[in-house]
Amino acid sequence: MTTDDLLTVSQFSVSYDVNPPVEAVRDVSITVRRGEILGLAGESGCGKTTLAYGIQRLLKPPAVITSGSAVFHDESGEDIDINTMDDVQLRAFRWEKASMVFQGAMNALNPIITIGAQLQDVFSTHRPAMSRREHRLEAGRLLDIVGVGSGRLRSYPHELSGGMRQRVMIAMALALKPQLMIMDEPTTALDVLVQREILDQISDLRKEFGFSVIFITHDLPLLLEISDRIAVMREGRIVEIDTARNLYENPRHDYTRRLLASFPSLTGERGGFVRRPSESALDAESGVTVQ
Amino acid sequence: MRFILRRTAFYAFTAWAAITINFFLPRMMKGDPVSAYLQKNQGRISPEAIDSLRTLFGLDSTKSLLEQYIDYWQLLLSGDLGRSFSKGLAPVTDVIASAIPWTIGLVGLATVLSFALGTAIGGLIGWRRGSRADAIVPVATFFSTVPYFWMGLIAIAVFSTTLGWFPASHAYDKGTQPGFSLEFAGQVIQHGFLPALTLVIGSLGGWILGMRNMMITVLDEDYVTVAQAKGLRPVRVLINYAARNASLPQLSSFAMSLGFIVGGTLVMELVFSYPGAGKLLLDATTAKDYPLMQGLFLVITLAVLVANIIADVAYAILDPRTRQMEA
Repeated sequence: MTTDDLLTVSQFSVSYDVNPPVEAVRDVSITVRRGEILGLAGESGCGKTTLAYGIQRLLKPPAVITSGSAVFHDESGEDIDINTMDDVQLRAFRWEKASMVFQGAMNALNPIITIGAQLQDVFSTHRPAMSRREHRLEAGRLLDIVGVGSGRLRSYPHELSGGMRQRVMIAMALALKPQLMIMDEPTTALDVLVQREILDQISDLRKEFGFSVIFITHDLPLLLEISDRIAVMREGRIVEIDTARNLYENPRHDYTRRLLASFPSLTGERGGFVRRPSESALDAESGVTVQ
Repeated sequence: MRFILRRTAFYAFTAWAAITINFFLPRMMKGDPVSAYLQKNQGRISPEAIDSLRTLFGLDSTKSLLEQYIDYWQLLLSGDLGRSFSKGLAPVTDVIASAIPWTIGLVGLATVLSFALGTAIGGLIGWRRGSRADAIVPVATFFSTVPYFWMGLIAIAVFSTTLGWFPASHAYDKGTQPGFSLEFAGQVIQHGFLPALTLVIGSLGGWILGMRNMMITVLDEDYVTVAQAKGLRPVRVLINYAARNASLPQLSSFAMSLGFIVGGTLVMELVFSYPGAGKLLLDATTAKDYPLMQGLFLVITLAVLVANIIADVAYAILDPRTRQMEA
């Protein structure tokens, strides 16, 4: 294994054990490199969230991992096979090495306890040696980093706007300086401006802390802009994986082309994202910034 | 602070309305209590006694309704609820005071126990959905659908008549003077055990089912998944994230049931001849003892009100969203 890789997922399959069984993720093999943003794109129900949950082993019955492995290559040089960990090891691994930002900022925070308490939860579980005072200071510092402000520690989720809640979630995901952050549609429920701010923040934070991101969304244009590499998923399989530029300029798979064609460009015409060979690189840049 | 003031004002108004209705209700009924009393004791009361009875019940004067209303409040605030006909003209407050502790002690304890037990069991069953513990649900539901009087009679037949473990009726042995002795306490527990047990078994199913269903709903919430993804210990996820949210609806039903404790459970008190408020209300109704009924209604109304206040306060403590009255 090269030290450049952070996560190696091989032949990963998940099926929902219902009648008839649904194979949500089929034979997915993918690597996440250290420090990169890997976009995972695909239509609703294509298995992208199931794959992300599967990597974290967060799936609940009836979902079962039927085959494959996910190996995390720790900074220390140790390889951790996520599938073979017992409960205690798994709990220690979660959030410490790989954290998550969830889709619905509205529901991802417990409505009846303060956001401070929810941040400090992480520390009291993973950093029991630190004092409560340090936990609180650290939680406040995190809120300062994401621009919510440490004064909000005693606020309840319902007192914050959607964008602020998502920032709180990002602060929480940052808490233990994980090497991997899985973001499941972190900006889907937000309006375009707030979405922009959050995305800028994510890329700033990534530059500062150097974590890798698996960014899940159905919004391919957005991925084209922020990701290093993009994997396109359909019906549980990865149909194409390439760098953002290659995927945009030269989509090989038919489905990728269709996906690109389904988003209107800035001028409102459908298919503005389908690259015709004659177009200049300058045009391409202007098209990409659309969300 | 503003929240508390608003709630206080609301409850003060409700209490005033309840007490005022309690004042007008008997005045709207046909006849007056003294005539009813005289009818029952025809010819046995001298004209002088009738006059003093009228004075006692404030029916002699030609006071206006407003003056009567003011008098009513004055008497109420000094703890005078009138006199009970069916209990030998004893003060209503004394009659009620002798019944209420039994009811609150027994029904109250059974309700609290049933709520705590049912919520805990329901929470655990919901948490381990699909495990063998699910079998508890139909069993508990069966017991809550069984008519209570039937279950009470079966309990008496088995544990009292056949096995002789517990006495079948009353709150303590006949001939014992109530007092704070160890012996008396033992008797009270022995006499109260069967009624309490049947009450708990009869109501447990509802609590279990309610909590289990809420738990299953809450477990699908994102914040529970987040808590698990954070690597929190399962106990912490269960208590702080799942159960705390799931128990909120339970809490309001619990507060409502607290209000009904004071009213007593009539059937239980009849089956076990327990000297509680439910039986007292039945006695008062059959004897057309209006002052006693009025007093009991008042006490029950106020109890429901107090239970509501408790529910409000508890809800405000446990669910921060309810503290926000306006955005």
